[in-house]
Amino acid sequence: MVNKASRPTDSLIGHDAWNIQLDKNGQLKHFLTVEGLSTELLTNILDTAESFANINEQSVKKVPLLRGKTVANLFFEASTRTRNTFELAAKRLSADVLNVNISASATSKGETLMDTLQNLQAMQCDMFVVRHNASGAAHYIANRVAPGISVINAGDGSHAHPTQAMLDMFTIRRNKGDNFRQLRVAIVGDVLHSRVARSQIHALNILNTGNVRVIAPKTLLPIGIEDMGVEVFNNMEEGIRDADVVIMLRLQKERMQGALLPSEQEYYQMYGLTEKRLSLTKPDAIVMHPGPINRGVEIESCVADGPQSVILDQVTYGISVRMAVMSMALGREPETSEAEKT
Amino acid sequence: MEEIATPETLLDKLAEQLKTLLTERSIDQPLMVGIHTGGVWVANALHNKLSLEQPLSTLDISFYRDDFSRIGMNPQVKPSKLPSQIDDRHIILVDDVLHTGRTIRAAMNEIFDYGRPASITLVCLIERSGREIPIQADVVGQHLHLDDNQHIKLTGPEPLEFAVA
Repeated sequence: MVNKASRPTDSLIGHDAWNIQLDKNGQLKHFLTVEGLSTELLTNILDTAESFANINEQSVKKVPLLRGKTVANLFFEASTRTRNTFELAAKRLSADVLNVNISASATSKGETLMDTLQNLQAMQCDMFVVRHNASGAAHYIANRVAPGISVINAGDGSHAHPTQAMLDMFTIRRNKGDNFRQLRVAIVGDVLHSRVARSQIHALNILNTGNVRVIAPKTLLPIGIEDMGVEVFNNMEEGIRDADVVIMLRLQKERMQGALLPSEQEYYQMYGLTEKRLSLTKPDAIVMHPGPINRGVEIESCVADGPQSVILDQVTYGISVRMAVMSMALGREPETSEAEKT
Repeated sequence: MEEIATPETLLDKLAEQLKTLLTERSIDQPLMVGIHTGGVWVANALHNKLSLEQPLSTLDISFYRDDFSRIGMNPQVKPSKLPSQIDDRHIILVDDVLHTGRTIRAAMNEIFDYGRPASITLVCLIERSGREIPIQADVVGQHLHLDDNQHIKLTGPEPLEFAVA
């Protein structure tokens, strides 16, 4: 087991003023990264999501919480699951949703990002959900929007994908209970390009997960990954042994420059999650994948569809988790200045 | 302050009055709905006393509150359990204390999101002063006149007791 005291995230936890994600009252204003947030806040997100999961199971899947609010989906990069579940989450909270079609919008006519945002602000939007291929894009936007607007990061480059990480934590908690200390979680695959993996590792550490492992060839691991408080394996069989949770990552071919891998077939031979390899984990281990899955590249088809797979549950839970984050960010108590409090 | 009867006495009284009212209105298959948390305890007791056939439904109105943007999220919201078909049903809505009327407004909004009931009958253990919107109960255990700074709360479920502050 890894000594958590030395984990880099610990020094960042807290309601520091420089953390632009939190308002003066320590409430979530923007959701840009899991890093630096407290165990309490992450647990609060999961508890709130649990309440919304009940709504999503009812025949009437809608509540009036965010009626009158406008959420703009700004996806500068392709997405189906994330964009659709953000849209559904907003709609089930009764918010109005604007799906800005970036490729057909003024951006393609040469308008700058800031001009696009200012136009959306002029349309009185309350929240921007942003996906961008540049790491730090959501932070950049959050630092520049009008004070009343919340920004949710729906994935920025290879940096962070916080709502994905939280829906993964929700999936783990639903299946394994809330004592993360006793869990062994293995993250397998292209960690180098994966914003999902980074956010997952932060979230797992903040929730005090007993043992977090990453399994990948050296070429697909970022330098200094050990400093994130994970145990590193280059051998799949060793790495997944006795795991409670196996999270497979997609091989991100579109982000690869240069020859990091000999071939997809060889990758599957070494790191593909086959039925045989799955038998090395705990018998009740769950198999997760943020999607989209590449059958026969990182995961065997029968495992993706098998009884231990919770891949489609992750999609369902994504709606509840996004509802939680949106309602927390837009439903905050008004910020009171110190003078008003006394 | 006026003497407050015990919840048990009031429940008996409510059950009697409600039985009479249902007969008068020729309602034979009502759907009883308790509002979380105190209202569910009251509804549960009434449901037993009246031996209703339809299972008890529950509402958590947290997502329908009109002060949501002022008080923020309550993460511990319980699920609402209503049958998917409530069109043309006679609903008995049950709460512990009727005060401002805002909870009942929220509960009715939620009910109407599910469909168009034939009628809604409001039953409250205590009806206290301080209404802010025009809502009144059909069946009341006890009327109380309290000042704005006085509060009454039902604690439970075992035993059901009133806490006055």
